[in-house]
Amino acid sequence: MAHPIGTRDLLIKGGRIVDPSQGLDAVGDVLLRNGVVEACGGSLGTPDGAEVLDATGLVVAPGFIDVHVHLREPGREDVETVASGAHSAVAGGITAVCAMPNTKPVTDNQAVVGFVKRQGEAAGYARVYPYGAISVGQKGETLAEIAEMVGAGAVAFSDDGKPVESAQLMRTALEYARAFNVPIAEHCEDMTLARGGSMNEGIMSAKLGLKGIPAEAEEIYVIRDILLAKRTGGHIHLCHLSTKGSVELVRWGKERGINVTAEVCSHHISLTEDAVDGYNTNAKMNPPLRTAEDVEALQQGVADGTIDLLVTDHAPHHYDEKEREFADAPNGIVGLETALGVNTTYLLHRGLINLSQLVDAMSCKQARIFRLPGGSLARGGLADVTVFDPNKVWTCDPTQFKSKGRNTPYGGHTFTGQARYTIVGGRVVYTAA
Amino acid sequence: MPGPLGKDLLGLAPLSAAQIELILDTAGPFREISERAIKKVPTLRGATIVNLFFEASTRTRISFEFAEKRLSADTVNVASAGSSVSKGETLVDTARNLEAMKIDMVVIRHSASGAARFLAERIESNVINAGDGTHEHPTQGLLDMLTLRDRFGSLKGKRICIVGDVLHSRVARSNIWGLTKLGAEVAVCGPRSLLPNAIEDMGVTVIDRIEDAIAWADALNILRLQLERMQAGYIPSLREYNRVFGVTSARLERAPKDLLILHPGPMNRGVEIDSDVADGPHSVILDQVTNGVAVRMAVLYLLAGGKPELAEAAKKGNA
Repeated sequence: MAHPIGTRDLLIKGGRIVDPSQGLDAVGDVLLRNGVVEACGGSLGTPDGAEVLDATGLVVAPGFIDVHVHLREPGREDVETVASGAHSAVAGGITAVCAMPNTKPVTDNQAVVGFVKRQGEAAGYARVYPYGAISVGQKGETLAEIAEMVGAGAVAFSDDGKPVESAQLMRTALEYARAFNVPIAEHCEDMTLARGGSMNEGIMSAKLGLKGIPAEAEEIYVIRDILLAKRTGGHIHLCHLSTKGSVELVRWGKERGINVTAEVCSHHISLTEDAVDGYNTNAKMNPPLRTAEDVEALQQGVADGTIDLLVTDHAPHHYDEKEREFADAPNGIVGLETALGVNTTYLLHRGLINLSQLVDAMSCKQARIFRLPGGSLARGGLADVTVFDPNKVWTCDPTQFKSKGRNTPYGGHTFTGQARYTIVGGRVVYTAA
Repeated sequence: MPGPLGKDLLGLAPLSAAQIELILDTAGPFREISERAIKKVPTLRGATIVNLFFEASTRTRISFEFAEKRLSADTVNVASAGSSVSKGETLVDTARNLEAMKIDMVVIRHSASGAARFLAERIESNVINAGDGTHEHPTQGLLDMLTLRDRFGSLKGKRICIVGDVLHSRVARSNIWGLTKLGAEVAVCGPRSLLPNAIEDMGVTVIDRIEDAIAWADALNILRLQLERMQAGYIPSLREYNRVFGVTSARLERAPKDLLILHPGPMNRGVEIDSDVADGPHSVILDQVTNGVAVRMAVLYLLAGGKPELAEAAKKGNA
């Protein structure tokens, strides 16, 4: 079954259309019909029987995409399901997500890829595009059946949750995947440096008596993978970068024309290691929150385009898994429902990026880099739209999350910027209260 | 009503210099109780204290137990091997069960940094950190400070060097916080692989060579070098450690002045400290042990709401 599409025409009227894919930033209307964009821009008439959505004062953007989420199904349906994760996504204004393969069982074969895809279609919220694992069982030993998984719907490959430790295997993956035009996404972490660490290595880890993970644990893999992409011509996509050094290395790679793209998580552009003080497990993540200097460099990287994508690394956990000793608590936070608020508050309203850059990093470039449908409101494009109010002030209340997870460091934080309507396939699947 | 230290003693980082001085001042009178024939006062009669030792410890547990018994508290000892923790019970479940048993105080030793705070945030009882992971061991820090203060009169301007595995030492962190708050100059000396790389930001100096540390310091607090550090590759061998960083009488003889020698124990004689230094005239290691009981009595007393001016009365059994 394909993703459901709206049965009535939908006219989004009078919004500020921001669509960098067409170089568009102007007030106008968007008409959606049969799951695609029928017309975009200018003043459009209301077709007979069309539903009209008044977007006056709101921004109308191509639906946001998040290429880095963990939906936990199969295996940990108590923590999140594809359906609850997809619901969480649309509550954050995100119309499509790419689901990481570190499930139980690992998404390393076409059967599991197909299962995840079908669960997404059945849920009818955000579109769900599965990742496949690079290696069988994510063990870092044998290349998984990449071509078969592409056939079943996998859009990218990663062993996320852990790095591909063998440089030879990574080289092979980059070479092999070229024929199928899919990115290889790396979790950059040298485990010989990072093992046992639970936060950034620095003054805060020294004070708290926690083993730290140095920035170099990430950067060693960043440069290794950029060099392997240079050697192979393959597309390396670097996940959840967290350090100033990583930004500089990606910049170095891009300046040399190497096929490297990179993403940063909303939490890494908004929080520092200080959030861990008091052993706050809701601020425990991997890679860890770093220093103010790193945060500034990551923000700058987004602003100048060195960092391509703003993602969430959405990682729900059961509350009691987080309610334990810091070093033993699992990594990750619920991200889908706070991402837009974080990005508008910490990047847009601080003048670091403009609206077009925000939409580009949250939508257009996501589609382009991962070769996904969507990411444009041009005629004939997918009728996936995010309508948001960049000036809406709201306070994060985790009890209201659509995700099953409640683990967030942003509980009680006030943001400026919120999704008002999320439209997938021409259907309004989420309306803010 | 919380006493002058607040509800819990989780570390020396959160305490003010005045609070630390208060504990040390209060420990003085309590030390005398341990010198009596009948080493017991009724100060904490009726109070229930649980000693939760999730990690092996002999001297700290015994020291706390003596302190509690000398103040007439009812105590229960729980060790991880015999507890439900070994059956998989989480710390939060342990906290809930303790709370349900209506106890007054918990002394906790745990392998996880932050465990004492974790417990303190979830129960009404007073919590005393008896060592959490590689974070803090405040009563050890306090007894070290009491020992130094006894000898020096004041810690202001005194130079104390902590020697050895600072990276994995909760004692080192409590010493650094406490000593710097009372005006001492603090340095650390050891292999760089066993020092946190941002340690200077905690207000201490790094000295690479033990000879330089000896020349600089008024006192050395020598930490235990754990065998597993060698196996984990932090240092090449115990032999080399002793040759490069060991505190030996030959090295001390070349010191420009007499140094006080402290060690939180247990000692690896012939590794971080030679026997003739440990048992020598400048060693105050056994004073540290004696002071440990007094400091812990003071902490228990103050956390129970005791007024410092009543410490003398408490000593006499009238409080």
